[in-house]
Amino acid sequence: MDKISSIQSARRSRTNARIRSAVASDRVMTGIFYLVAGFFLLLLFAFAAYIILTGFANAQPYMFSFTKKGIGNQFFNTIYLVFLSLLISVPIGILAGIYMSEYAKPGKMTNFLRICIETLSSLPSIVVGLFGYLVFIVLTHAQWNLFAGALAVSILSLPLIATTTEDAFRSLPDSYKKGSLGMGATLRQTICTVLLPAAAPRIITGVILAAGRGFGEAAALLYTAGMSTDINWANLNILSPTNPFNPFRPGETLALNIWGSRTEALAADAAEIANLSSAVLMIMVLSFSLLAHLLEGRIKKKMGDTK
Amino acid sequence: MRDRNNTVEKWWDDSMIESSVQVMEKMAEHQSAKDPASGAQADMPDRMAGMKPAAEQKFSVKSLNLHYGSFQALKNISLDIGTNEIMALIGPSGCGKSTFLKTLNRMNDLEEGVSIDGSVKLDGTDIYHSMNAIELRQRVGMVFQQPNPFPKSVYDNVAYGPRIRGIKKKSTLDETVERCLTEVGIWAEMKDRLYKSALGLSGGQQQRLCIARTLAVEPEVILMDEPTSALDPISTMKIEDLATELKKKYTIVIVTHNMQQANRISDMTAFFLLGEMMECGTTQDIFLNPKNKKTEEYISGRFG
Repeated sequence: MDKISSIQSARRSRTNARIRSAVASDRVMTGIFYLVAGFFLLLLFAFAAYIILTGFANAQPYMFSFTKKGIGNQFFNTIYLVFLSLLISVPIGILAGIYMSEYAKPGKMTNFLRICIETLSSLPSIVVGLFGYLVFIVLTHAQWNLFAGALAVSILSLPLIATTTEDAFRSLPDSYKKGSLGMGATLRQTICTVLLPAAAPRIITGVILAAGRGFGEAAALLYTAGMSTDINWANLNILSPTNPFNPFRPGETLALNIWGSRTEALAADAAEIANLSSAVLMIMVLSFSLLAHLLEGRIKKKMGDTK
Repeated sequence: MRDRNNTVEKWWDDSMIESSVQVMEKMAEHQSAKDPASGAQADMPDRMAGMKPAAEQKFSVKSLNLHYGSFQALKNISLDIGTNEIMALIGPSGCGKSTFLKTLNRMNDLEEGVSIDGSVKLDGTDIYHSMNAIELRQRVGMVFQQPNPFPKSVYDNVAYGPRIRGIKKKSTLDETVERCLTEVGIWAEMKDRLYKSALGLSGGQQQRLCIARTLAVEPEVILMDEPTSALDPISTMKIEDLATELKKKYTIVIVTHNMQQANRISDMTAFFLLGEMMECGTTQDIFLNPKNKKTEEYISGRFG
């Protein structure tokens, strides 16, 4: 009896030691994860705060104006260009994604198509810029214009939107599709009325990422949207090259303005302008993603994902 | 009430005002080849009293074979399913009962590598060769194992069927939603939360909502694929009661793992094993005097 109980107690103490060491290593690892996460969060905050603070510290009121001296026009150009590019890339990207997930038959052709889309999304933006220059500017005999810039940015954002749409559709439960088709709906009706609304929150995330890419893009715009801006806000003729809403006028964006100010500008306030542009760009991107996440949350709530 | 009756009952209602000669002619047509001469007259008084028509076949399946690639999942199945009755399909896992159910509204069209031969006729029309899958599925609705409401409001879920058929009028949709939810017995609980998401409902409520959604398409047949296997006993009981209630207007084919359930609610039972239909008969016969030894072993719990 004594022998058995001593074996049992030895075994028990070994087990206890194992559990203790497992708990200890669990605590250490959890600590490391928190540390890494905290470090990056801090880095992000420090980075954003530094850019925004230095940007506004030396800013003068005239820099905010919508004139040649301020960055107002560049601010407007950035939003307008992203808007134009989304107008092109969102419908095409979503349709492409739906095709890839719902219509394309699995096979060599589809795999090849998927490789093409992946390649497209990792193209260096300067290559896209030069391609855009050749096709949208040289071939069309146009001058640098916003629309050409929007097309170039679309080439970059299209694969992003197509891939997220495809993933969003693939991750939907099969039961939605079966339920709808089982009631005698056609595939088109099923996609438009059940699948697309259900996939919308994730697609919106893809669109935000695509838009973010547009906000920050510089290289693809160098030879397409151009580096000059000549806007006359009093000009109401949309066909005129100085009308702000004419998409076929040259338009420098904030990102290009930063690059231009720090490399070739001769003005005395070039550094301050670049800093302010960076700060404004940062705030734009931040508020855009916040807004989009709010929207996503509201759609999800309406569908009942979050009870 | 009258406008809600399905076609067979409607035919009967209409024919009540016709002369008895015409009635007999129509009956002869409807009874088709089954028993052309004898049954018609004898059945008549029962039919006049509004009882279940005796031998009207909704579905008629003849020597049906189904292959997934090279694997044969259904072997030479022949089976008739009568109007306004509940047909239960029982058998161990992988016996082909769910596959068979899916052939009845061509849900297997959606799967890759399925090939079918033989004939499946709905009211005499071959559903694989002379009918559009969309039309078929509007006539033969389906309720799945897992409740699968769409991520939409309760109202939009029920109105989905009418909407895809092009009905847009608000008052018509309102009526349909109320009628269908009443029919499945959840109108009282739902009327104050019609516009809230259906995903917030309990499993039992979701499954009844899915049945209501199917009813809104005004089908003639409802296929149920283990509709209660994901539900608790009380919800299961409610669904079973509902099925017995729905039988008056619809034909129901139900796949179930639960033999007590088959025994409780079905009129006819078919026993499947390894892709073959071993035996089919009235539920009473199958459970009390099974003719096939395998059937007896299965229902007495010796395997499965």
